[in-house]
Amino acid sequence: MGFLDKIFRPLTRSEPWGVHPDERKRPASETPIRRLPPPPLLYLPLSQHVGAAAEPIVRIGQKVLKGECVATAKGNISAPVHAPTSGEIVAIGPITAPHPSRLEMMAITLRSDMEDRWAPLEGLADPLARAPEELARRVAEAGIVGLGGATFPASVKLGLGHRSRIRTLILNGSECEPYLSCDDRLMRERAGGVIRGAVLMRHATGAREVRIGIEDNKPEAIAAMRAAVDGHADVQVCVVPARYPMGSDRQLIIELTGIEVPAESRAADVGVLVHNVGTAFAIHQAIDLGRPLVSRLMTLNGEALAQPGNYEVLVGTLVEDLLAFAGGVRGEPARLVMGGPMMGLLLPSAKVPVVKGCSGILALSATEVARDEPGPCIRCGSCTRACPVGLLPLEMNARIANAALDAAVALGLHDCIGCGCCAWVCPSRIPLVQAFNHAKGELAAHERDKKRTDATRRMAEARSERLEREAREKAEAAARRAAERKAQKAREAAESAASNSEGAPA
Amino acid sequence: MSPVPTSADDGALPALPTLAASPHAHGGMSVAQVMQRVMLALAPATLFGFWLFGWPAINLFAVTIGACLLAERFCERLMGRTSSLGDGSALLTGWLLALSLPPWAPAWIGLLGGFIAIVVGKQVFGGLGQNLFNPAMVARVALLVSFPVVMTQWVVPQPLFSADAPGFIDSLRITAEAPAHPDAVTSASLLGHSKTELARGITIPEALASGPQTLFDWTGLRTGSLGETGTLLVLAGGLYLLASGIIRWHIPAAVLAGIALPALVGHAADPARYLSATQHLLSGAALLGAFFIATDYVTSPNTPAGQLIFGFGIGILTWIIRSWGGYPEGMAFAVLLMNALTPVIDRYCRPRILGRRRDGRALEPTPIDNTGGA
Ligand code: SF4
Ligand code: SF4
Repeated sequence: MGFLDKIFRPLTRSEPWGVHPDERKRPASETPIRRLPPPPLLYLPLSQHVGAAAEPIVRIGQKVLKGECVATAKGNISAPVHAPTSGEIVAIGPITAPHPSRLEMMAITLRSDMEDRWAPLEGLADPLARAPEELARRVAEAGIVGLGGATFPASVKLGLGHRSRIRTLILNGSECEPYLSCDDRLMRERAGGVIRGAVLMRHATGAREVRIGIEDNKPEAIAAMRAAVDGHADVQVCVVPARYPMGSDRQLIIELTGIEVPAESRAADVGVLVHNVGTAFAIHQAIDLGRPLVSRLMTLNGEALAQPGNYEVLVGTLVEDLLAFAGGVRGEPARLVMGGPMMGLLLPSAKVPVVKGCSGILALSATEVARDEPGPCIRCGSCTRACPVGLLPLEMNARIANAALDAAVALGLHDCIGCGCCAWVCPSRIPLVQAFNHAKGELAAHERDKKRTDATRRMAEARSERLEREAREKAEAAARRAAERKAQKAREAAESAASNSEGAPA
Repeated sequence: MSPVPTSADDGALPALPTLAASPHAHGGMSVAQVMQRVMLALAPATLFGFWLFGWPAINLFAVTIGACLLAERFCERLMGRTSSLGDGSALLTGWLLALSLPPWAPAWIGLLGGFIAIVVGKQVFGGLGQNLFNPAMVARVALLVSFPVVMTQWVVPQPLFSADAPGFIDSLRITAEAPAHPDAVTSASLLGHSKTELARGITIPEALASGPQTLFDWTGLRTGSLGETGTLLVLAGGLYLLASGIIRWHIPAAVLAGIALPALVGHAADPARYLSATQHLLSGAALLGAFFIATDYVTSPNTPAGQLIFGFGIGILTWIIRSWGGYPEGMAFAVLLMNALTPVIDRYCRPRILGRRRDGRALEPTPIDNTGGA
């Protein structure tokens, strides 16, 4: 293919990946951030991050202040949880998870005392003179996770940066998902804090430069950030074209540095780290003010919503309370979605809490989600052109429909980032992402099963080996004893013979 | 009641769809919209064909499409599938088939062709999206091979409302006639005429000079199938499809290049034996095929590289069949041949996956240059 490739490359250089979905960011993006007062009850899931669940350190009935730690991190990859307001712990137990599966998850329930009193906090003085490890520790203690939705513990990523040499720290302000504008508002209203966070992160990772990628559909945010960046030579605001999924790590890295992260590698392996702008702001708050992550900015949007806008919400607030504060929903929303419309999760109900990784709640009306029944694939190739990874969604889907999961993997199923571009463009409305997620789930389950049977087999083998060894040792010991006895007897015989001869009268 | 919300408390909430995966929004056109655009693009050339060949052509068009719709409905009934007539694909198949038929072909040709296209060309494969070959071309080739005389009778243009044009009533007689209408004034097409004359040992320039003047005409006033004569209108429709993003440039450009390049070489080498590139491109079904037939989604490759190979193959094969084959026009055969190769082409022309080399292995990480810096 090499030769043909050379001839064809200039002709077939594919058109830009991705799609241009209807933005629908207005009017929510034009309303300033509003702060939601503490709701009467808050539900704090112990697992709001990638990694091990946090461990509760409070008792039922205990009074806590805002910002006090209620559950500590457990293991290397984990994050603590803090009380988002002052009040009393009233329950520790399972609640419905904000996930379409309706699974239950452990959570701490806090009854707010409506005073919203902060625990005594202390920022880190002169952080830029401190060791990077100290900053990372502070970030870990503050329970900060990737706020773009990945929810990977931020401190682990900072530490990663310090261990593997990082050249470029990228702040992701692209916010490519339609409907969402909380990062946009953050950059417009709190640009200084974001830049301060960027400077702290640069110090913590040892990166040489910081590049902040913002899509060209947010001119106000670009202007605000440019103004705030003034004076930091090593921090640069870069305008990237608005295109979905520009905010995906690998795509943004290519756009900003020209580096293509190899498959099966991390960005850090090529000297790049990507963090969300919201994470940068949270890091500034944690280090300069000592404030743990207890609230976040969220976009409330969708046609079914009375007052779309951006809100600063305490982690643990019920979606129901949030919607009520935003004027409630008009009629029955056809769908409640946590996150953006392209990759967000369908919520099982409004009685689920806001978690750290939640960038928005969409109450979509029936017309917004209206879709035709799926039809047969007409092989139009739109999905292939849209795929930012260069996959063949139609082929993968056909394999999965025939239960040939291995063939789908050979076509690159594991490289699929689940961005939804393919399903978004498909004229036959085939639920491609659903098929891919399903197949990935099946494969993961297989993998787990295999691990389990392997482990069982290994255990059984170890056991039979042990039994064998014990039997062998027993036999050997018996043989040894028998030999010893024999030797003893021979010795005794010889001795008695000797003594006999000795004792014999000469 | 415990203050803890669990799924047990959800009773009062409106039932939400649980299995609706992301994305929660959709864009782009639906299948029906895509088909409608293609029909819109075909409309000018078709109307021109109606005008040029009069009522018999209109009758044939209606019969062919009707046959396709009937056949589609019939098959779906038989196999217990839900009706898909709404997506417009059967209608489009009938439309394309009608455009490729001799304009005054009798009704039974349209009927038979429509059934072959839908039943043999599409439904036996499993319906929309499953067929290997272009249904309209399957029907056209089947008819051409089975009924070579009827399928090569090209009527001289008799525009609607002109003195000689048959009226509606007369047209019914022509359409119903079997096997062919004896009193129609027929004439050879450019490709056919040059082929027969060559076979008789007459060179192309002489053949063109002696032939009827309806052989070749920029404005489309020439003999030919129902939809191919309005060359410029076909081209305009094709450009509209390109502009609206329904098709990409790769296939049409490659088809036309595949015809034009060998034609240039051949004509330069032996003008007495080979038609010029212009004559090739502007006669027969070259443009209709390049823009509307070869670009059929289902039966063409879906990567740019694959589409270039596919299109070029069609072009070359068309030229070869036209120049050396037994039939004066080769587009339909060429399309079917390349359709058969599409799965192979698709297998070898896969896009490169991000972060991987073409052979699927992960890229080598680029060394980190941490020395310079901002
Ligand atoms: S976009 Fe849909 S219809 Fe088109 S090729 Fe992909 S899966 Fe098939
Ligand atoms: S195949 Fe995966 S990566 Fe490609 S467009 Fe679809 S969801 Fe996105």
